[in-house]
Amino acid sequence: MDPMQRRPDWDVLMHAAVSGDAKSYKTLLEVLPGVLRSVTRRGYARFGVEPNDVEDVVQEVLLAIHLKRHTWKVGAPVAPWVMAIARHKLIDALRRRGRQVHIPLESVMDVLEAEAPETQPDRQTDLHDALRLLDQLRPRQREIVRSISIDGHSIRDVARRLDMSEGAVRVTLHRALKTVAMIYRKSGP
Amino acid sequence: MKTENLIAALVADGPSIETPIARKVALALVCGFALSAALFFWQLGWRPDIGEARGTLPFLFKFVVTAALLVPAALLTARLARPDATPGLWGWALLIAPLLLVAGVSAELVASPINVWTAKLIGTNAVACVTLIVLLSTLPFAALFFALLQGAPAEPGLAGAVAGIAAGALAATLYAMHCTDDSPLFVATWYTIGIGIMTLAGSVLGKRLLRW
Repeated sequence: MDPMQRRPDWDVLMHAAVSGDAKSYKTLLEVLPGVLRSVTRRGYARFGVEPNDVEDVVQEVLLAIHLKRHTWKVGAPVAPWVMAIARHKLIDALRRRGRQVHIPLESVMDVLEAEAPETQPDRQTDLHDALRLLDQLRPRQREIVRSISIDGHSIRDVARRLDMSEGAVRVTLHRALKTVAMIYRKSGP
Repeated sequence: MKTENLIAALVADGPSIETPIARKVALALVCGFALSAALFFWQLGWRPDIGEARGTLPFLFKFVVTAALLVPAALLTARLARPDATPGLWGWALLIAPLLLVAGVSAELVASPINVWTAKLIGTNAVACVTLIVLLSTLPFAALFFALLQGAPAEPGLAGAVAGIAAGALAATLYAMHCTDDSPLFVATWYTIGIGIMTLAGSVLGKRLLRW
């Protein structure tokens, strides 16, 4: 098989997603963390780093995939694009821990055909991450992110409850996600 | 935040994309060119002897060189804005302009006597050439850089540098219409310095500001 075309199922999902299909987008975002955990754990092991913030890196990659999804070339295979972002963020995370790193893309791509991806997040890190992240958002942003992500409300419900327009909720949510990405980028261990 | 919670927020933010990055870069290039061209025709304009210069080989050669630099640099900027892109063949295509210049300079050196080399090299207004190329570059560079900020370049420094080359080549194309120095010796020296300054600036700014 063409090494750059290992996940045709991702291609189908991404294609549907960028044309506005939220369901496909959700499915894609749900299959990625397993692979991203494997990539991160392997990268950490290779450079002798304790794997205690793997989930942070996974989330950072998911955020980058989301915020930079317009850099995916429509029609191109999705796997190399995802893995390039994962590699970029992994290198960043290792550098924040003071490692001088070079990771060839091929070694990251290898994960796609290696062992079954680790689907379970490390439970310990989840809880304090949530508090740490949300605390740094502005009150209105925090409220909206919490309602949508943790309480599972829809944009329409949140808009009605906060007496905002749906558009305003969307804009606030988008800004909040950008802020979260920035917090991740600036946070060191 | 649990990863599943984050995913819920991302899905709520919407899967669809507004404008693909390549189109943003293309739009930036067009806007940058329009602004820079407006500035050029407002403040500088054609050289006074354009009537005679128009058909001469050295004059036209300047545009061959700047276009040979502009086209690959512009395409590379759009390409390098993506995380999974490598320079590839377009990276090699950047060498066409320097090679053309080497050929042009060699022809010039063969064709003209040694005692006029220095005069041709220094030309009539070298300082203006460098300054004006840098000045005419700034708007297209800012536009391209703004587009790159929305991208995800694998190598931010390289992407910034290539944007600098594209902006510099665009400015050089405009400036070449005003400049009365057509000798390849002059172009190879002073145009290169102007574009080089933009390349360096792009690389430094890219490394600092294009991280994502």
